[in-house]
Amino acid sequence: MLIIAGINIILSLSFYLPQSAGMVSMAQGGFMAIGAFVSAALTVKLGVPFYPALLIGGIIAGMVGVIVGFPALRIKGIYLLLLTLGISEVIRIFFLNFKYTGGVAGLGGIKLHTNLWNVYLVVAILAYFFHRIAPTRMGRALSAIREDEEAAEIMGINLTRTKLQVFGTGAVMAGLAGGFYAHFALYILSDNFGVGKSIEILLPVLIGGIEIFWGAILGSLIVTFIPEWLRVIQPYRMIVFGLIVVVMMILRPQGLVDRSLVRSIRSRFRSDSFRLISNFQKPL
Amino acid sequence: MFLQQLINGIMVGSTYSLVAIGYTLIFGVLSVLHFAHGEVFMIGAFIGLESVLVAKMDIPVAILTAMVGAGLLGMLIERGVIRFIKREYHLAPLSATIGLAVVFQEGITKIFGGDTVGFPDTFQAETYRFGNISIDSTQVIILAIAFFLMATLTLFVKKTRTGKAIRAVAESPVTARLLGVNIHRITMFTFGISSALAGAAGVLVGLAYNAISPFMGTRMALLSFAIMLLGGLGNITGAMAGGLILGVVEVLSTVYISSSYRDAFAFGTMVLILIFRPSGLFGTKLQKGR
Repeated sequence: MLIIAGINIILSLSFYLPQSAGMVSMAQGGFMAIGAFVSAALTVKLGVPFYPALLIGGIIAGMVGVIVGFPALRIKGIYLLLLTLGISEVIRIFFLNFKYTGGVAGLGGIKLHTNLWNVYLVVAILAYFFHRIAPTRMGRALSAIREDEEAAEIMGINLTRTKLQVFGTGAVMAGLAGGFYAHFALYILSDNFGVGKSIEILLPVLIGGIEIFWGAILGSLIVTFIPEWLRVIQPYRMIVFGLIVVVMMILRPQGLVDRSLVRSIRSRFRSDSFRLISNFQKPL
Repeated sequence: MFLQQLINGIMVGSTYSLVAIGYTLIFGVLSVLHFAHGEVFMIGAFIGLESVLVAKMDIPVAILTAMVGAGLLGMLIERGVIRFIKREYHLAPLSATIGLAVVFQEGITKIFGGDTVGFPDTFQAETYRFGNISIDSTQVIILAIAFFLMATLTLFVKKTRTGKAIRAVAESPVTARLLGVNIHRITMFTFGISSALAGAAGVLVGLAYNAISPFMGTRMALLSFAIMLLGGLGNITGAMAGGLILGVVEVLSTVYISSSYRDAFAFGTMVLILIFRPSGLFGTKLQKGR
């Protein structure tokens, strides 16, 4: 369904953002859990209206993200991956034991508040945000950090602030998606949100393209809709996705949408001089 | 009581070590975290199960079959997938192994169903008592085999030519190549050995808990990451010690604190180590953060 696609888009964008600064986070599943449980507990147990609850869920997820972000600052590459993996599981186990939000039994009785409009409003805002930020100082700073952290720091980019901002924002996004998910699925279990979810969040970005945010969007759409179209593969869809990822890593590791593809699509709509200049520009 | 739990912990931990050794070996040689290794462990368990159920093999033979099967699978993974992945995109090999892990887990679930199954009672478990401590023969077998495998591996890596070649590649692939080491073959072999150990561990764990499920691989994978970090990435002794430590900590925490937080200890350890001592207790490869 389109709503699920929208939620998945928000999730993959939440992975994409830290990743664009070089921070591969497997914790997005955990942040999603925080957003889901917090917002659901607020609406179900405390009677808070949906939108404030959603926002609070996102903000709390973001705060946890920033807290996690501090140790993450010094840790590179694979260690960060493992750290975020650990965090994700710690969060899952926390909610598994947290009686207030249902513990093992999960949280139910959530009212349906998520609809096409509010989800896609957020999607649109995010897409606009990503589109506008890429060529700015901030966008380039992210790419710079991703390429070479030390050089970026020498150039004057405040690593600490930028990394925390990016990691925290990613967490907020995942938290919002979690809130939407909770009020759509109407019943949430901590087991929905572990490392498995984090992997489900990162696969579409890998398939769609890790270099540009459009890749995350495309990947989510593919992952959500292909099983609908190819009904026959429904029971095998995870196997198919796994295989697709494996094959793609061999043939096209950067994903479907990469910078040169975007550039060639863009230049088709622009003037000749743009095309001329593009051809001479070095890839970013 | 404490001593009893200590022994339980060592038994559990030794199986963890077997799998963690594989992760750390592969990481040492290839600088790649082989996410699908946990699934190889799980497949080894299923191979063992089927050998016992279908081919009516004895447990030791089943373990051997699992080792061979898993080892072949590991080599196939290397030869058929990993070798073809361009290494420049640092996420690429990792993602491919994630993809493989998903494929394996889902595949086995489709073939065998998602339920937990157990080994049939093919032999009587005798219980031995020493004072307050009781061990049954299953545990003795598991301990014996696990330690035997670890000892063999350590000797192999230290003394044989291939073992030295593996260490050489782990330290510097370029230099190793210059010295005439066939990187491709060594890598494939490393995958093979690691996977064989994991396969054995799969059967052993299946015996220990009398429970085999398609999802046991994921949990083992996560625990192994914690162990690898504890022992130092790329450090074989570290992986062995780390596995034992974690096994003991887990069992003791289950008994003395609470069982629902059992897994949290592994992950908590992981997080703490990463924050305070990323190189692990025993030190790691020289290159970090590649």
